[in-house]
Parts: sequence; C-alpha cells; structure tokens
Amino acid sequence: MDKQLKNLVLNNSDSIVKKWLEEISKNRSNEYTSTISEELFESTNREFVNVIFTSVDKQRITSELDDFSERLINLGWPLSYITDGLQTFRRVTIDFILTQSEKIDSEDFAIVLDMVDNWVDPIINQLVNEYSGSWEHTVSLQRVALQELSAPLIPVMDNITVMPLIGTIDTDRAKLIMENLLDGVIKHNAEVVLIDITGVPVVDTMVAHHIIQAAEAVRLIGATCILVGIRPEIAQTIVNLGIDLRKFPTKSSLRKGVQTALELTNRRIVQSGNKEDGVEKLLDSLNKE
Amino acid sequence: MNFQTCVNIQKEWDIVGARQLGRDRAKEIGFGTVDQARIATAISELARNIYLYAGTGKICFEMMNDINQKGLLVIATDNGPGIKDISQVMEDGYTTSGGLGAGLPGVKRLMDEFDIISDPGKGTEIRAIKWVR
Ligand SMILES: Nc1ncnc2c1ncn2[C@@H]1O[C@H](COP(=O)(O)OP(=O)(O)O)[C@@H](O)[C@H]1O
Ligand SMILES: [Mg+2]
Repeated sequence: MDKQLKNLVLNNSDSIVKKWLEEISKNRSNEYTSTISEELFESTNREFVNVIFTSVDKQRITSELDDFSERLINLGWPLSYITDGLQTFRRVTIDFILTQSEKIDSEDFAIVLDMVDNWVDPIINQLVNEYSGSWEHTVSLQRVALQELSAPLIPVMDNITVMPLIGTIDTDRAKLIMENLLDGVIKHNAEVVLIDITGVPVVDTMVAHHIIQAAEAVRLIGATCILVGIRPEIAQTIVNLGIDLRKFPTKSSLRKGVQTALELTNRRIVQSGNKEDGVEKLLDSLNKE
Repeated sequence: MNFQTCVNIQKEWDIVGARQLGRDRAKEIGFGTVDQARIATAISELARNIYLYAGTGKICFEMMNDINQKGLLVIATDNGPGIKDISQVMEDGYTTSGGLGAGLPGVKRLMDEFDIISDPGKGTEIRAIKWVR
C-alpha cells in the first residue's frame, strides 16, 4: 500500500505541483513575500517543490533540502514560507490521493493521512530546527556584540578616562564595568575616571552599590572616580533611597566632570589668543552668512 | 475599571520587564518624570528582592481611581521564605545578602503608602501606592 501510494504521487507529480503552485501563489498576498520579486518567488517555489519530491522519493532528508534551507535562511525568508508550503503540500497531496480512489473507507483514509504525515513531518522538523539553530546563533553573536559595547573606557586626555554607560545594568554588566574600569585605569595610566550615567534608565540600590564598589576599587589603586550625568529625577530617587553619595565626587554633567578632573590633575583649559578678537571674528563670520 | 496586569519574575531580565510595564502604566495615569522614575525604581527594588530572596514571584499593577485622586498600586507577591522580623528589614542598612539594605525602606520613601504582609515559610506580599498630585 505504502509503495503504491508513493508511486501514485510520484507518477503524478506534475498535477500535484501544478495544484501546489496555484495554492502557494494565492498566499502571495500574505505580507511576508510581498517584497520579493515575482521571478524569484516563482523560481523558489519550483525549487522548493522539487526538493520536497526528492525527499519523498528518497524517503530521507536529502542534501538538496539542506542546501535549499541554508539558502533561504541566508536570504532571510521567513519560516512561515516553509511551514505554509509544507502544510499546503500535505493538503494538496491528500486531496489528490483521495480523488484518485473511487471508494475509500475510513481505514484507507487513516492510512493515507498517516503516510503523508510521514513524508511531511520530518521535513518540517528538519527545517524548523535549522531555522531555530540559526536564530540561536544570531542571538548569541548579538550577546557578544552587546557585551563589547557594554562598558567601554575612553581615554580622553592624558590621565583622564571616561566610561559612558548606556542602558540597563544587570549583574553581569556590573561585573564587566568593574573589570574594565580597573584594567583601563592601569592600562591608560589614568588618574581620574569619569563614569557617565546619563544613559542609565534606573539607578536602584543594586546599581548604586556596584558604582560605589567600583569607585572604591578605583580609589584603592590610586585613582579618583567621578560620577557624572546624574539626571534630576535620578538625583531625587537616589536621595529617596537614602543612598549616601557624599563620599565620592559627583557632577551633573560630563563637562563639569572634565573640568574637575583637570583641576585634580593640576591643569585647566585656557582660551588661546585675544578674547575680543575672537568675538569679533565670530560676528564677522555670522554677518557673511 | 480596575483591571490588573502582572509580570512574572523568574530571571534577572524580568525585573526590566516589570519596570517597563510599571513605567508605561505610570505614564498613562499621568505621573510626571520624577514620579515615573520613583515608581520604576521602587518596582526594581521589589522585583529584585523577589528574584534574590524568593526565586520567583510576580509584580502586579492596578490603577487606583478614587473620587478625588488617581494612583498606581504595585503588588509584589512571592511564595519564598517570608520575612520573620518586618521592623528589622525596614531599618536602613539591614541586609542578609551583602547589599546596601536600602531597598525596602527606600521603597517606603519613594511611594506614598506601603504595606508588608509576610508569613515565614509561606511567602511575602508587599503593596505600595503612589498618588498623582
Ligand atoms: N521578598 C522577600 N522575601 C524574603 N526576604 C526578603 C524579601 N525582600 C527582602 N527580604 C529580606 O529583607 C532584607 C532587606 O531587603 P532590602 O531592604 O531590599 O535590602 P537588600 O536587598 O540590599 O538586602 C534582605 O536582605 C532580605 O533578607
Ligand atoms: Mg533589595
């Protein structure tokens, strides 16, 4: 029976393919393929259905199927294209088999369903696995990329470095901040480190605790830590929480922080040239525009 | 309307999810930036305590609509070890985890109303309200 059914389907692949293509083209209105060109859509459909038939014929996952799915993943085709395609194949094939036999009792019916499921399900499983494997891979790469971004240390001037923090700080990131801070202070021979928290959305006791510990560790290796970029609402919540930041220097802006850092390293910014000259030049240049 | 929305706390990043939902709710109700930050911080403290001391639990939000004032109710519930001495954990600096010990007393100051019910061995429920002024 199995072999008969299989041959019936393989020998009539033309009409099944025709029906399948019709059905799939109806799905074309689905938003996911609307950005794909007509030619590419058609050639991909043909390739897809051929790959399905080879798998059914060979009764195993073929290398053609692997190649095909790899290409779809790389081109960014949605998984729903594949699952829709295979569900349609299941429906069309069952329809076809049933219309070919004059009389069907429920037992035959069950056998046909079972048979076709055995063809289609392994292919679906294989493809879904490949897709999710590729997503997991992407997510883990992004995690690494995010980690590299998460606690950068920028040497802005001799002996002065800045660590701008943007986004949520969780325990992993807090550890990274501490490590990078200490490594960086030694590597860049920094005397002052400015931690800029302008981009940190919530400063709770956990974040404050980590910052306090980091600042303390920086002090122990002989440098000074200044906390900058404290937004007004953050200043208020820190006070409400009862956290005492008086022990180490804080400044509202990075600019003020840099000024303090320069003072601490016995330097300051001086305007070069004559001041009035500068103003006149500026007015001149404005007039020209 | 008094419907509740909840966020389950199971992993560390769920704290961020709870905070975000709470901030969105606070914005809808009409809280200003400073109060939004206070509410988000309070949620962060409660959610982290669940994550640290109970393992899992949930944070729920309810909009309060009295005749003369609007507000947000935050409910943190867990089935963790519970708290034996409530007045002790409300002291500034009391911690069993090497933290700052400023979380719970901080939440009380950040919010307008604050209430702990805890059954040692059964779990903890903390309710805190912030009113719009
Ligand atoms: N949900 C909870 N279940 C059990 N114990 C808790 C819970 N929340 C807080 N605690 C206890 O209360 C103490 C104080 O909490 P908190 O004020 O947030 O400070 P911290 O978290 O820094 O220790 C904690 O160290 C812990 O022992
Ligand atoms: Mg806490």
